[in-house]
Amino acid sequence: MTFSAFLFYTFSAILIGSAISVVSTRHPIHSALSLVLAFFTTAAIWVTLGAEFLGLALVVIYVGAVMVFFLFVIMMVNVRDFKKPKSNWRVYFVPLLLVGVLMFAELAMLIIYSTGGRGAVPEPETRNTFLLGKAMFDHYIYALEIVAVLLLSAMVAAIALTHRKTSSTKRQVPSEQIAIKRDDRVRLVKMDVVRDEDEPEDNKKQADK
Amino acid sequence: MIDHLAEFFAELGMTGTVIWTMIKILCITVPLPIIVAFITLAERRVIGAAQWRFGPNRVGPKGLLQPFADVLKMLFKEIVWPERANKMLYITAPLLVLLTAIASWAVIPFSDYLWLANIDAGLLYIMMMSSIGVYGIIIAGWASNSRYAFLGAMRSTAQLISYELAMGFSLVGVILLTNSLNLIEIVRHQEGGVLNWHILPLLPLFFVYWFAGIAETNRHPFDMAEGESELVAGFHVEYGGITFALFFLAEYINMMIISVLIATLFLGGWLAPFPVLNELTIFSVAPLGDGFLWLALKVVFFLFVYLWIRATFPRYRYDQIMRLGWKVFIPLTLIWIILVAIATQWSRLFG
Repeated sequence: MTFSAFLFYTFSAILIGSAISVVSTRHPIHSALSLVLAFFTTAAIWVTLGAEFLGLALVVIYVGAVMVFFLFVIMMVNVRDFKKPKSNWRVYFVPLLLVGVLMFAELAMLIIYSTGGRGAVPEPETRNTFLLGKAMFDHYIYALEIVAVLLLSAMVAAIALTHRKTSSTKRQVPSEQIAIKRDDRVRLVKMDVVRDEDEPEDNKKQADK
Repeated sequence: MIDHLAEFFAELGMTGTVIWTMIKILCITVPLPIIVAFITLAERRVIGAAQWRFGPNRVGPKGLLQPFADVLKMLFKEIVWPERANKMLYITAPLLVLLTAIASWAVIPFSDYLWLANIDAGLLYIMMMSSIGVYGIIIAGWASNSRYAFLGAMRSTAQLISYELAMGFSLVGVILLTNSLNLIEIVRHQEGGVLNWHILPLLPLFFVYWFAGIAETNRHPFDMAEGESELVAGFHVEYGGITFALFFLAEYINMMIISVLIATLFLGGWLAPFPVLNELTIFSVAPLGDGFLWLALKVVFFLFVYLWIRATFPRYRYDQIMRLGWKVFIPLTLIWIILVAIATQWSRLFG
């Protein structure tokens, strides 16, 4: 067994284990972290197969951005103790089996038809990142641009929907904060010295002013 | 001599390659903690000097053994497990932070021929490592079962994600100029003296990357996550002894990574500022020519500025940090990227 085969089987074993634990652990945080591990090992397998850009991009996007927000939400909800849900194992068994078999068949057909049953074989000594960039920005440039514009408009829409001003919204305007001068906030008042003997008169003067 | 060793191990076949790679990895990872130890000493001495006092100067000559005393103290402290903490995750968090900090060094080129891995997507690899490092902080904050730690982790994560964007955008400028994600090629693209360094065409991106890098490492003036006055120590409140030391080590290794990256991406990495220096030879070696020396000098400068800033500036408020990241840095980098793209395309078409 070569070293790369050893790596492949190790990562695959971790991947399958973590994927199982995503659905089998009861604690949502453990589940989310297992998903992170699954993404990471997938990326590692891709890198060992020579798709280094794809693998690194998977980690940067899914592990670095998507899953962090998942974790944020789960942690904010803060559910610690989980009761074991009632098992509906028998009711769902047949549909689950059907779906599983169907998905497996689809994957197998895809692999057989696209690669002739060989599986993914890395091309030796290709400049993967370079070629991918060339394909994306030469051949598929319009598709790429359309996807980018779609994502951008979705982002703008999401921000516009959630970031609305209400009457209770308070905002800080830094330019106004900086523009504040001392005289806007502090007023020095000149007051006469108050003496005990002529106190009543002084009070009267103040009141007149 | 290095070539002979490499040949010797290459002849052993697969095991030889693995052993040779292990040796190279050790050559990078073993000096790191030692350098970090001396950075902590330098930090205390520099801040001491800035505040008109001595700093630690009692242990060993000029206080040089102080960091080792600190390390020994940390090692012999008891690990205290917080009440109802998630033990497995609690101990994973510092390891994860340290692991990603050290793993980033795999793609750093130290000189013309010294590096561990020469991969095409080197920059992406470093971004990947820093994005995994975020998990260490989140997990630490959550697994400690403490409000302070959790708040610190939340702040820190939000800050890291915001500034990662600005950092990524300033990297895009570098990629546009060099046509490559490979760190070695990025340095080679800057050959030919100071005027060819990326700092000149990418000046705003250089500053954005620098300050975002300071924010990424949770250092002053962006260390909201630690904010002693409000959060005690942030996400690592509940960590003591060696587990705390791991966080500490990771923070300083990350500082070094950021400094090395600034030097590599914008200041020509191992290149000498003037190509003439390569011709000043003594016994056919140019001591001041391109090489590790120049990278080290640049890195030391940026590390010193880290300490200088810490001694000088007050801490940012949280909303100010977010505003700076989202409303100043990101628009600035976006505009400059467009300008750089137009300029490179223009020179390709007409230049």
